[in-house]
Amino acid sequence: MTRLSSAFSRGPSLVCFITAGDGDTAANLGALVEGGADVIELGMPFTDPMADGPAIQKANLRSLGAGTTTADIFSMAAAFRARHPQVPLVLMGYANPMTIRGADWFAAQCVKAGVDGVICVDIPPEEDPELGPALRGAGVALIRLATPTTDAARLPAVLDGSSGFLYYVSVAGITGMQQAAIGTIDANVSRIKQSTDLPIAVGFGVRTPEQAAEIAKLADGVVVGSALVELVGEHGKAAPGPLRDLTKALADAVHGAR
Amino acid sequence: MNDIPNTFRNQPDERGHFGQFGGRYVAETLMPLVLELEKEYRRAKADPAFQAEFDDLLEHYVGRPSPLYFAPRLTAEFGGAQVWFKRDELNHTGAHKINNCIGQILLAIRMGKTRIIAETGAGQHGVATATVCARFGLPCVIYMGATDVARQQPNVFRMKLLGAEVIPVTSGAKTLKDAMNEALRDWVANVHDTFYIIGTAAGPHPYPELVRDFQSVIGKEARAQMLERTGRLPDLLVAAIGGGSNAIGLFHPFLDDPDVRMLGVEAAGHGLDKQHAASLAGGRPGILHGNKTYLLQDEDGQIAEAHSISAGLDYPGIGPEHSWLKEIGRVEYTSVTDDEALSAFQLLCRTEGIIPALEPSHAIAAVAKVAPTMPKDSIICANLCGRGDKDIFTVAEHLGVAI
Ligand SMILES: Cc1ncc(COP(=O)(O)O)c(C=O)c1O
Repeated sequence: MTRLSSAFSRGPSLVCFITAGDGDTAANLGALVEGGADVIELGMPFTDPMADGPAIQKANLRSLGAGTTTADIFSMAAAFRARHPQVPLVLMGYANPMTIRGADWFAAQCVKAGVDGVICVDIPPEEDPELGPALRGAGVALIRLATPTTDAARLPAVLDGSSGFLYYVSVAGITGMQQAAIGTIDANVSRIKQSTDLPIAVGFGVRTPEQAAEIAKLADGVVVGSALVELVGEHGKAAPGPLRDLTKALADAVHGAR
Repeated sequence: MNDIPNTFRNQPDERGHFGQFGGRYVAETLMPLVLELEKEYRRAKADPAFQAEFDDLLEHYVGRPSPLYFAPRLTAEFGGAQVWFKRDELNHTGAHKINNCIGQILLAIRMGKTRIIAETGAGQHGVATATVCARFGLPCVIYMGATDVARQQPNVFRMKLLGAEVIPVTSGAKTLKDAMNEALRDWVANVHDTFYIIGTAAGPHPYPELVRDFQSVIGKEARAQMLERTGRLPDLLVAAIGGGSNAIGLFHPFLDDPDVRMLGVEAAGHGLDKQHAASLAGGRPGILHGNKTYLLQDEDGQIAEAHSISAGLDYPGIGPEHSWLKEIGRVEYTSVTDDEALSAFQLLCRTEGIIPALEPSHAIAAVAKVAPTMPKDSIICANLCGRGDKDIFTVAEHLGVAI
């Protein structure tokens, strides 16, 4: 069993996203784990975050403005792995920073830092050779996104070569938008479940424990990002307290569905 | 040149790749739409009615064919090759951008889309998009960096007169790259009813191909006009490059003519050792805005801010077909600084009575360097892809003149 599969085997899981290098990342990640996060998604900042709304865009700029480098991100990941040997850690970001030194280099760094999986927003299955083979060869999960526009004809291509879990994006849009109606999410998740045994985590627009509890009833995971990132933006160095509190409320809601 | 293919004109491959460049690096939400656009484009290309409507609008609405003009006083000034201009600055809306907008809005209508979005830097593509939207009665939203909104007020007003909504983009550096990010964000959120009219030969496949095809009217006309007027093909083609649409439009129909050399001119801004917009000269291959291509970036793959006096060239990337043409050696690329472009701008005003845009002023500056080294019976054809009305404020400021 991998760290990811054992996390999801415990029942509905809370997946928490923050941007690397925005505030005190080690302390913020610690707060997420203390609050009860089951999986950590660490965002790799990029100058041009095309799929992100204002909250995560600003976090990217704060992080880059503070001088965060790719080497720093892997140090943060390695330090996290040393402190929290059991908690799965996934990197999420854009193609260019991941592939600029070559996919093999990136995959090797992931292995060295104890990163369990990678989500790349702008490498669809059609461009899989850019990153997929290197990650699979290194035993790092390639977590793909499925969206409301991923119809039945396309779903097999998305699932082919995916591992770890499937990230279902609940709305056609960018991060931080309004959540889709729960009925639509239910219908789409049930449809996808018929085609895969991978755990399905639902994200984009989930902000409150109430929303998280509803989604936990129909999916294997709930992803929360912008709401946490906004706390980092608001509280800066003092973010760990508020992050822990929100994560705890979300985790209670998600785990309550177990 | 290693491995010379027997034609340079059959790119991209079926996956949208020009060698290692191009492709479809977009979020999953957009992928089905991008595939659908490709299918629809194939159908349109095979449909004589589509081609007929495109040709008709280019003739009667845009004013094509644009003239091919021999520039006698500029030729005498340089003292070498004959200098000819393809006069795309005479098009409706004052630049080549409209050729592509006509093609794309016809595609949008075929696909049943009811809302148009676009990005713009200098505002030329924004004006051309707003124009075709007014012509076809579709709502139009233009994303423009807040910095560009401030420095291109006349074009902002033009777009508004044409009925477009102009949204200033305040993220990032507030220029063209950020406007493109914001247009992509709009597109993912409105995939069902919205068509994104991309303004240059870049973005996810099939955009680089279809923009090139629509702009190829420039090169097709130039080739026929040159043969008719001189009985032969030009020795050298020259065009400025922002994303590369006017250049690929001129070059593509000549790619298989082995005796025709081609020169693409990037913006060297303050100089290649300072801030500039020359992605081939100063960048490395990477992935941005849906395609793999040469990009200005740091060693971690963070995209750099470009600089050019010409807002239309102020972009840290380039269309993927140019990256490929550079790598295989079929086209040569050079760069020209802000100051050189400003001098060429003034030179053309005074020698030929034509006020060029700052973008083609870069091509003219490159012609100024090569023409004197070529024999008098040789022929250069440069793309005069835009007129300078939009730039007189910028130029006045640089010349220290208050207007
Ligand atoms: C007149 C003119 N020429 C050239 C360009 C650069 O674009 P491209 O390289 O796609 O032709 C622009 C872009 O705004 C323009 O307005």
